[in-house]
Amino acid sequence: MRTTYREAVREAIREAMRADSRVFLMGEDVGRYGGAFGVSLGLLEEFGPDRIRDTPLSESAFTGAGIGAAIGGMRPIVEIMTVNFSLLALDQIMNNAATLRHMSNGQIGVPLVIRMTTGAGRQLAAQHSHSLEGWYSHIPGLRILAPATVADARGMLAPALADPDPVLIFEHGSLYNTEGELPESIPTCDISSAAIGRTGTDVTVITYGGTMPAVISAADELATLGISAEVVDLRVLRPLNDATIMQSVRKTHRAVVVDEGWRSGSLSAEVSARITEQAFFDLDAPVMRVCTEEVPIPYAKHLEEAALPRPERIVRTARELVGR
Amino acid sequence: MSDAAALYRAVRLIRRFEERAIELVRSGVIVGGIHPYIGQEAIAVGFCAALRPGDLITSTHRGHGHVLAKGADPSRMLAELAGRSTGLNRGRGGSMHAADFSIGILGANAIVGAAGAIATGAAWAAQRAGQDKVVVTFFGDGAVSQGVLLETFNLASLWKIPVIFVCENNGFATTMRTEEAVAGSITGRAEAFGIPARTVDGMDPVTVLDAARAAVDLARSGGGPSFVECLTYRFDAHHTWEHAARPRYRTDEEVVAGSTRDPMEIQGSRLPADLRAGIDDEIEILLEEAVRFALESPEPDEHEALDYLYADGMRARAGVA
Repeated sequence: MRTTYREAVREAIREAMRADSRVFLMGEDVGRYGGAFGVSLGLLEEFGPDRIRDTPLSESAFTGAGIGAAIGGMRPIVEIMTVNFSLLALDQIMNNAATLRHMSNGQIGVPLVIRMTTGAGRQLAAQHSHSLEGWYSHIPGLRILAPATVADARGMLAPALADPDPVLIFEHGSLYNTEGELPESIPTCDISSAAIGRTGTDVTVITYGGTMPAVISAADELATLGISAEVVDLRVLRPLNDATIMQSVRKTHRAVVVDEGWRSGSLSAEVSARITEQAFFDLDAPVMRVCTEEVPIPYAKHLEEAALPRPERIVRTARELVGR
Repeated sequence: MSDAAALYRAVRLIRRFEERAIELVRSGVIVGGIHPYIGQEAIAVGFCAALRPGDLITSTHRGHGHVLAKGADPSRMLAELAGRSTGLNRGRGGSMHAADFSIGILGANAIVGAAGAIATGAAWAAQRAGQDKVVVTFFGDGAVSQGVLLETFNLASLWKIPVIFVCENNGFATTMRTEEAVAGSITGRAEAFGIPARTVDGMDPVTVLDAARAAVDLARSGGGPSFVECLTYRFDAHHTWEHAARPRYRTDEEVVAGSTRDPMEIQGSRLPADLRAGIDDEIEILLEEAVRFALESPEPDEHEALDYLYADGMRARAGVA
């Protein structure tokens, strides 16, 4: 079945709401408007305003209420319009959702799912375009997911809702219109492993989420140059699945990390450090990174593109590593 | 035990618990210090007395009173303050987070104002599940300047949530005087969101109990949230570090004047002397045992620091070989 990433997320929500009356969706414009990115279109009509709940523009309060509802026995899906806005709820996410189980000695957990849009590429400028999932993956107590494929967009929500701990799902805004095939019967999906997006032998390109299309495009280009790139889709940013990364690096002996986040103090730095810690003697070259330039995301199309990890930068970096 | 005696006993327990805890701060057993609740006891006691066991509360960094009034074991509470393995949170929470979730305490939250949103969400969940629980969220006057609390007033009022906002106005947001910190009025903030609000004498446990019962009845009968500002005074320090640092944000004369109306004396004077003395004796024995329990309890093993991060026991760096 051909479907878009957006429809896949919507179907995942629909299925979860049908399966469990404790599940509800809350966020800004999720009801009548169908969500800022159209994800929840039609769900209000099916489930009503008690379960598809429009909220005022109060990220901190409705995220906190989601935490309270989760503690109180519900299974909330909180939608935050963009990752930039999630900073208004960062206190609730960091100081409450992520800490309560540990701080209470396991007396209570927070089975909450927070979905939010991340990333650039739509000329929305510096307050709607950042990729801050790397920040969130810094926080112990959270599980951080970044579906890059239609299959993961469809499959990750159910295990996220079944998780007794808080799970954040980052949906890259440029992916909503991407298409993919889904089987009629949706297979179970894990939210613990990385995946091999494409097998290869010469260089491992590690990425996740919204930069996957650029990496696939770069891998295609590299193939025409006779360079076989293996693509690792991290899928889960916390906890990172080191084994899949190391297995690939031990095979190719070269690694490029592609991350739409900024480079300094970043997720790409963490991945790079882990490779150095665990697979140093398997490397034939330094681990390289292709990240977003360290500026607020600019507005104008050519400026925005200049800031982002583009296929040609990935190709150039991979070629330098391979020496061809 | 009569209502009057029960109220007195609860106030007395908190008072003496705090005094014993301060002793343990001074002797170095409680290292992080505490935010003493002394002077404000009538508020926690009055509200918790109006609740059923299944009702819920959220507490604050100045939270010992709420947690004890809701029924937590003083021995395990004190052990938590001392960071012992027998503590309510097995030594992971300490003074500002000690809580027993099994008796309806949704945590003691040291981010000022943040618990209001959690309380509102929990009350909403109970309402949606068809339960007639109410949730009381305690906070200080400092919290009314936090955006999240104002956002929460809006949500709770719009959605008619059975949550009760209890503002303990002790005159100071840490060291800043309320009149310097709050534009307009405290109750006016709740009223602006359509939440009925009143101001009561927070020094008299019976007055607080009456206000609490009215608020609980309103919430339980589907009338939505309400707001009670309880006027009180913090007899002791903002935090025990003041005992050494002595920041001069209020004069000794002012403290003496503010402490003349004492909830313990107000309620104690309503009891026959022998009954009061009997309660006092019982609490001394109870707290002596609590101190002994805390001091004799072992500290948690070092390896436990990493426990309970995730439900399935996963460590933070699970993927690392």
